[in-house]
Amino acid sequence: MTRRWLWPVLILALVAALLLGVGVGSASIPPARAWAALIGHGDPVERAILVELRLPRAILGLGVGAMLGLAGAALQGYLRNPLAEPSVLGASNGAALGAVVALYFGLAAQYPAALPLVAIAGALAALALLFVLAGRSESALTLILAGIAVATLAGAGISLALNLSPNPFAAIEIMTWLLGSLEDRSFRHVLLALPCIAIGVALLAGQGRALDALTLGEDGAAALGVDLRRTRARLLLGTAIGVGGAVAVSGSIGFVGLIVPHLVRPLTDRSPSAVLWPSAAAGAVLLTLADVAVRVIPSTNELKLGVVTAFLGVPVFLVHLMRERRLW
Amino acid sequence: MVSVSASDLSVTLGRRTVVRGVSATLKAGALVGILGPNGAGKSSLVRALLGLLPHGGAVSIDGVPRASLSRGEIARRVAYLPQGQLLHWPVSVERLVALGRLPHLGPFSRIGAADRAAIDRAMARAEVGALADRVATELSGGERARVLLARALAVEAPVLVADEPLASLDPAHQIEGMELLRAEADAGGLVVAVLHDLTLAARFCDRVLVMADGALVADGPPAAVLTPALLAEVYGITATVTGGERPLLVPLDRVPLTGRSPPA
Repeated sequence: MTRRWLWPVLILALVAALLLGVGVGSASIPPARAWAALIGHGDPVERAILVELRLPRAILGLGVGAMLGLAGAALQGYLRNPLAEPSVLGASNGAALGAVVALYFGLAAQYPAALPLVAIAGALAALALLFVLAGRSESALTLILAGIAVATLAGAGISLALNLSPNPFAAIEIMTWLLGSLEDRSFRHVLLALPCIAIGVALLAGQGRALDALTLGEDGAAALGVDLRRTRARLLLGTAIGVGGAVAVSGSIGFVGLIVPHLVRPLTDRSPSAVLWPSAAAGAVLLTLADVAVRVIPSTNELKLGVVTAFLGVPVFLVHLMRERRLW
Repeated sequence: MVSVSASDLSVTLGRRTVVRGVSATLKAGALVGILGPNGAGKSSLVRALLGLLPHGGAVSIDGVPRASLSRGEIARRVAYLPQGQLLHWPVSVERLVALGRLPHLGPFSRIGAADRAAIDRAMARAEVGALADRVATELSGGERARVLLARALAVEAPVLVADEPLASLDPAHQIEGMELLRAEADAGGLVVAVLHDLTLAARFCDRVLVMADGALVADGPPAAVLTPALLAEVYGITATVTGGERPLLVPLDRVPLTGRSPPA
């Protein structure tokens, strides 16, 4: 059974994460003044900091985190593989390659909107290639192998761009983006990412029953009335559009999609459908809190979000690995 | 009265033809055993019947071409218990059996009282009520087989297709499993079971289809079909067959390769 307290705790955590995301930063603004600024009174500078800097950043943290968590949960359910996450299908790398191409050719500098758009195109191109490679096969293994091929190809493309970059500054710009961050994001970024994330969430969250049926394997699921081809198409499209849009504004942020479903699963009845929404909520909380952490950890350069999630992620993942192997 | 019929069914996997031109009409109220040596095409035949494999020829369910039915419509008519099923998530037994109700749920609806009742009936029939709260992936082989059978029963479809439902069951549970399939058939359902145990097949089935090398080589009541000559030809074994209507069949020995006629 799903724990009774799971949703109340997740909702409280979401509210807390949003408050911290808006309330914490390099400029310290006491809650009373922050509230005044938010409802339109108070200091215009503080209002600008809160509404134009921190609020879009907090919203993006919640949205991107939810998308990565949900995509991880849906893909783990579909591939019946607890190691699955968006990067397994090459969607993350495809989006990253798109963004790197935009940076490399200077498109991003000329038209700021080009970066996310080319990143989404990259994720969709990776998906199209995946479809060609995996063909009409309904097997998850074929899909994983094709995903690895696509991810590796996109990774090679990113390395090529770094290799050929005309000057160190261009290479640094690409590297910085690859580290993943929500720094200096505005409502323009929110407008670009949120519709993609909404489409992705809608496509993935509706697949709960098909994922449950897949507990019995592909034949078992098909015999329970699941149209495997349609399920796969929706999962792939949802992942490409949602994760493509998310990665486009945040850069590569790893481990969230991998870890969040593992954290949530023991608190549910462990069926794939029960893990979907809690993973979205927990992903949103985790990423927003990690983004708060990068702001308060004292360092000369602000730490990049992708670096923090990787450091947070590995120990959590190791604990699960040890438990899986019954080492404690 | 439910019926499933196949005409000139053939399946090609890669370059190998594993089912060749099988035609048969299976009618309600019967327990039909599908027999044959390993690799004879039994599993491919039942998967093709369900439309899980691309195949040549035609299948119809209740006289309606299966190709014109949606996956959901097929799922409500035919319950399927795949061979050697792997379970991929450590869900509870009750949750697993409840999957059998998926074909009956409308979009956005939850499991209702009628579904609950069907789940309880299925668990009672397969005698897995006591396991309800156990984790399905941590059961013994025999418990797991019964739980998976309960999952298929929970669909409450007029046709039940079970691929080796007795694998990894002890003799008592094998007999119990056959009694359960027998009861399904006696209650008016059509039960098609891929079986390896000739003795049990001979005792419990109304009709057996014997396959060898992809072709249907015999079809009829066990007493008429399971003759020493056919067993020697298909399985390459000698066996004693005694009794009439429900013969007692005991496999004895292998026929030396030199003396064996090639399978038809």
